[in-house]
Amino acid sequence: MSGPRPLPDADHETITIESNDDVVRARQLVRTLAQRCKLSLVDQTKLVTAASELARNTLVYGGGGVMRTGLVRRDSRVGVTAVFEDSGPGIPDLDLALTDGWTSGGGLGLGLSGARRLVDDFTLDTEVGRGTQVAVTKWAR
Amino acid sequence: MTERVPVLKIGDVLLVSIQVDLEDQTVLDLQDDLAARIVATGASGVVIDITAVEIVDSFVGRMLATTAAISRMLDAETVVVGMRPAVAITLVELGLSLGGVRTALTLEKGLDMLARPDSRPPAKP
Amino acid sequence: MTGMREGVTSVAEQEISTRLVELLTQQRESLGAAWLENVSATLRGRISVAELDRELRELYSALVDGLRTGGFDWQGDSYAEVRALLGELSRNRARQGFSPTETAVSVLAGKEILEPTTETSAEDIHAYLRLSRLMDALGLYTLEVYAKTREEIISAQSEQLMELSTPVVKLWEGVVAVPLVGTLDSARTQVVMEKLLQTLVDTGSDQAIIDITGVPAVDTEVAQHLLKTVVAARLMGAECTISGIRPQIAQTIVALGIQFGDIVTKATLADALKHALRRNSVDLGRAGGAA
Repeated sequence: MSGPRPLPDADHETITIESNDDVVRARQLVRTLAQRCKLSLVDQTKLVTAASELARNTLVYGGGGVMRTGLVRRDSRVGVTAVFEDSGPGIPDLDLALTDGWTSGGGLGLGLSGARRLVDDFTLDTEVGRGTQVAVTKWAR
Repeated sequence: MTERVPVLKIGDVLLVSIQVDLEDQTVLDLQDDLAARIVATGASGVVIDITAVEIVDSFVGRMLATTAAISRMLDAETVVVGMRPAVAITLVELGLSLGGVRTALTLEKGLDMLARPDSRPPAKP
Repeated sequence: MTGMREGVTSVAEQEISTRLVELLTQQRESLGAAWLENVSATLRGRISVAELDRELRELYSALVDGLRTGGFDWQGDSYAEVRALLGELSRNRARQGFSPTETAVSVLAGKEILEPTTETSAEDIHAYLRLSRLMDALGLYTLEVYAKTREEIISAQSEQLMELSTPVVKLWEGVVAVPLVGTLDSARTQVVMEKLLQTLVDTGSDQAIIDITGVPAVDTEVAQHLLKTVVAARLMGAECTISGIRPQIAQTIVALGIQFGDIVTKATLADALKHALRRNSVDLGRAGGAA
């Protein structure tokens, strides 16, 4: 698994995700950042919801981990990036995990495909036995 | 100790008004509390008011669907009211189906709906 | 345009920049005046001479300081003041509607002030050439900022336009409609969707009609957005009808394989309104007239 993804131009914050309280904290932190870079209400909602999904994955599937989040810049755009990292079991079948799963009962119920649709940039790094890292970014329009 | 969401009784209907950013345990407690109160009061309807809820993720979504299913088994109908547009748009993008949970725009319309069973089909995906 | 990095300046370059600082400082008044004259000639009175004078004086000083402490490294810290001034100048020009040329000329006119004559020494010609290169780089920088500013303005304007051109109207008690006109793109359709759903909440209506009579063509993305709008409205407890689907559009949608499922579609807005009212009154009827 590649090392932590650097957040360019960001003063970022890191929190551990070890409990349900932390999932709530993750949401609140991401929401604060989203408001700071003036994401529209709908975009804020999408990003925070995605963060909630991913934070929960980290906790439940990854056995706990961390979230690093902060503002980022690219050209003249500003956005929010959140990186979720765990040293859990890793995801064995990426195709399956990224399939729309839990409405039909199939898939791994990770909500990854859904979360991906809610954000602009989405990268996934995973290795069985090493862990998983999901990085998402939402840009202000 | 996690905060529990209060369950009120209005006539034959139980009303739950969710105000806080839901923690997972709060969600599960609510499910239990509602089931217990339905049996205890013989309520025929449940209204879950999410007007103040800004984020509905898959966990909360599943809770709503599960609560509706449990209520139905206990012979009570559930209506979810007050979903915010941003939440609705996000749920659609997330691909989350509320699995046949009925919805209404406002508390008033929700109570109306419960008073007139079978007048509207449940929200389909 | 490779400037030499600070600390790696050659002796020759240093000599040249020193010479330029000397020239520019000694002849400040006359050179400054010449610059001002060149620029105001092209701007033809659209900016007051006093304001131009102030702008150029500041730029002149900053430029000399830059040369003195940072040589020709216009991207380095020594030129921060120059870049800031140019940025401000550019942004102002862009906002006031000046052309790119008119904006860049403020900088490029500065080149002419030290233009060599037949009497200029070889060494000074060299200095002029070097200055010329520097001014070109700064001129391009000015244009970059200008272009960015124009983009921002256009972007803001098109957003405003989108807002204004998607009116959601209340047709009846409990029924709102949005008549879409013109070509739809993804961005605009999303704006419409959000506005429509918000209006449902604001007016307490539970019926929405999206009329696409005025839309010449619909592609996959737009059709998907329309679908999502309907589903979202349902999740909120409202119903959505799509009206004004012309034969060509119907064919396109079928050909694209998009399933409209049980979404109600009507040929005209009037039919859709009738349908919506019927839906509402049926509910009222069943309740025995109770609202």
